[in-house]
Amino acid sequence: MKKEKWLFNISPKNNTFNLNLKEVWQYRDLLFLFVKRDVITLYKQTILGPLWYLIQPLFTSVIFTLVFNNVAGIKTGGIPPFLFNLAGITTWNYFKECLVATSDTFKKNEQIFGKVYFPRIIMPMSIIISNLLKFAIQLFILICFYLYYVFFTNSVIRPSEFLFLFPLLIVFMGMLGLGLGMIISSMVTKYRDLTFLVSFGIQLLMYISLVVIPLSLFQKKGVEWLVMYNPMGYIIEMARFLLLNQGNVSKFGIAYTVIFSVLCLLFGTVIFNKTEKTFIDTI
Amino acid sequence: MMKQQDVILKVENVSKQYRLGVVGTGTISHDLNRFLAKVTGKEDPYLKIGESNDRSTKGTSEYVWALKDIDFEVKRGEILGIIGKNGAGKSTLLKILSKVTGPTTGCIKYNGRIASLLEVGTGFHPEMTGRENIFLNGAILGMTKKEISRKLDEIIEFSGCERYVDTPAKRYSSGMKVRLAFAVAAFLEPDILVVDEVLAVGDAEFQKKAIGKMQNISSQAGRTVLFVSHDMGAIQSLCSRLMVLQNGQIFFKGGVSEGIDSYLISRKKRLQISKYEDSKLKLRYLNFYKNDKVINVFKVFESVKIKGGFKYLNDLPNDIKIELFVVDNYGQRISAISSWLSCISFSPKSKKINFEVTLTNGFSIKSGNYYLDILIYDFKKSYFENVLTFELLNDYKYGYIEDIEPRHHGRVYTPNVWKIN
Repeated sequence: MKKEKWLFNISPKNNTFNLNLKEVWQYRDLLFLFVKRDVITLYKQTILGPLWYLIQPLFTSVIFTLVFNNVAGIKTGGIPPFLFNLAGITTWNYFKECLVATSDTFKKNEQIFGKVYFPRIIMPMSIIISNLLKFAIQLFILICFYLYYVFFTNSVIRPSEFLFLFPLLIVFMGMLGLGLGMIISSMVTKYRDLTFLVSFGIQLLMYISLVVIPLSLFQKKGVEWLVMYNPMGYIIEMARFLLLNQGNVSKFGIAYTVIFSVLCLLFGTVIFNKTEKTFIDTI
Repeated sequence: MMKQQDVILKVENVSKQYRLGVVGTGTISHDLNRFLAKVTGKEDPYLKIGESNDRSTKGTSEYVWALKDIDFEVKRGEILGIIGKNGAGKSTLLKILSKVTGPTTGCIKYNGRIASLLEVGTGFHPEMTGRENIFLNGAILGMTKKEISRKLDEIIEFSGCERYVDTPAKRYSSGMKVRLAFAVAAFLEPDILVVDEVLAVGDAEFQKKAIGKMQNISSQAGRTVLFVSHDMGAIQSLCSRLMVLQNGQIFFKGGVSEGIDSYLISRKKRLQISKYEDSKLKLRYLNFYKNDKVINVFKVFESVKIKGGFKYLNDLPNDIKIELFVVDNYGQRISAISSWLSCISFSPKSKKINFEVTLTNGFSIKSGNYYLDILIYDFKKSYFENVLTFELLNDYKYGYIEDIEPRHHGRVYTPNVWKIN
């Protein structure tokens, strides 16, 4: 009797560390199609379309430059303040978009998740990937301004010789956004309070992530501890170092960021997988 | 064939517990209690409590068992029908089977791919074209892009939406969405297909096509279908076995016609008498009977009796007439059963009055749900609306193999026997 051989099994509990990566691989086409869907439908029925992704960082940089650099007089150490801010905001935006969008995964997709099964992690993964497109658009405008400052002004800026490491930085940023987003989205299924926390917490986090205020200023004022344990701070600082060759990158910072991102992603995946089985009952 | 006998799906003691009411301030404390029990190695304190899931009675516990000890097997190539009242646990069972939510206890073992067609147009993006949506929907259901491309033409053809296939889905009618969604799922070639009442939306032509496709899937491709429906006609013509759920438990498992009968008996309702009273009289009871058993679901042409009784509160009239009206869901009177039209009149001797009408050939109107109104008049009219609801099922005799479609065939079944030379 070979009847008792079963290919699949549904039971109440599964191994916490069974991440079903094989299944995710089987659904890779779905991941691709979700990304495609996001890309196609992004600009449908808007007039300015992709321009919105240029307007937002540009205007933010202009305002930040006026307020923080001109009015408050924050020094950016030889780098044109506008470029300093734009580089920070562009990098920050990718993280922010990833975190905000993924932290909503379960709630936003309640409809479809309630009807059909596929590895839920496909959803946040597709968000991380499709956000790369927005990031690329914003990076493009950053490069335009970069070239303008290099050729048409007399400021001395040049990228670091480690510029080729920039994609790696994006990967870690994506991991961090995905990990945190998955942790939050898993908890949001039960405790809606977190949605409020995310929307304003991300605003506050920006100020201690060295987006507008350089690390040197924190050090000078003796409040380094504010940014010491924030991996995003290190990421922004590293981005600026790679792009503008300015800022101080410590070995501790790099190690801390890498370890934090990896742990965050691992923990996020585990808790997300645990939640996906029953969230539909609590949401 | 030996292969037909394989058990492809085995459900063992599956139960599902839900917490009623809102998820609110109590949630954290319950979670903590659970966690403590887990840490100290005790049993989950909330798993023990809970009651069966009867929607209409007010329970004492916050936890209910939406499903309790569900245990069944399905063989390859079988079409298993699942019926039950609203809230009997059908959808919960399908949700567990399609891995949308996990069971609280028990386990399910299966060989092959389970695909569910739970609701229509899930995962359709309104801004994307039909073609793009076919790919997306197929991928959501677990197909690879290659598989979909291979079957794309067939899918489009089956859906009958060729003309709209490059138009955004938001311009589609709901019927077209159903067609497209069903077409995708039908060509998915899962080993086990789960269908939950989706067919209610399409038109008659498409429903027929879909049912044919499901039969095809099971008989030719040897695939298994789990089919949930309230439509007894579809169940009868499609399923090879039936399971009846009641309050989260299996009430019946076995043959289709016995299953339907047991379900119908379980559905009989008691008349709430207190509502039917006016200044003159009070309705005591009114029911359909078959072999002295109260029923309210029966077949077209099936001979039934209506028995009723009422009581005069004050004076007795000299002469009374009774009329019963069959009213459809739209409030339209379809037919009358009238003592007046039948020239029967009656002079009551006592305050309590009982009557009995035999419908020798039953009803010959379209299957479906109907209401019965009653009018009792002497010098003044007493009219009670919607006293009784009943459901007529198609009989498949007298040359009708399918339900009649009012638009094409009218509402009346005419018994017929053919001879063509």
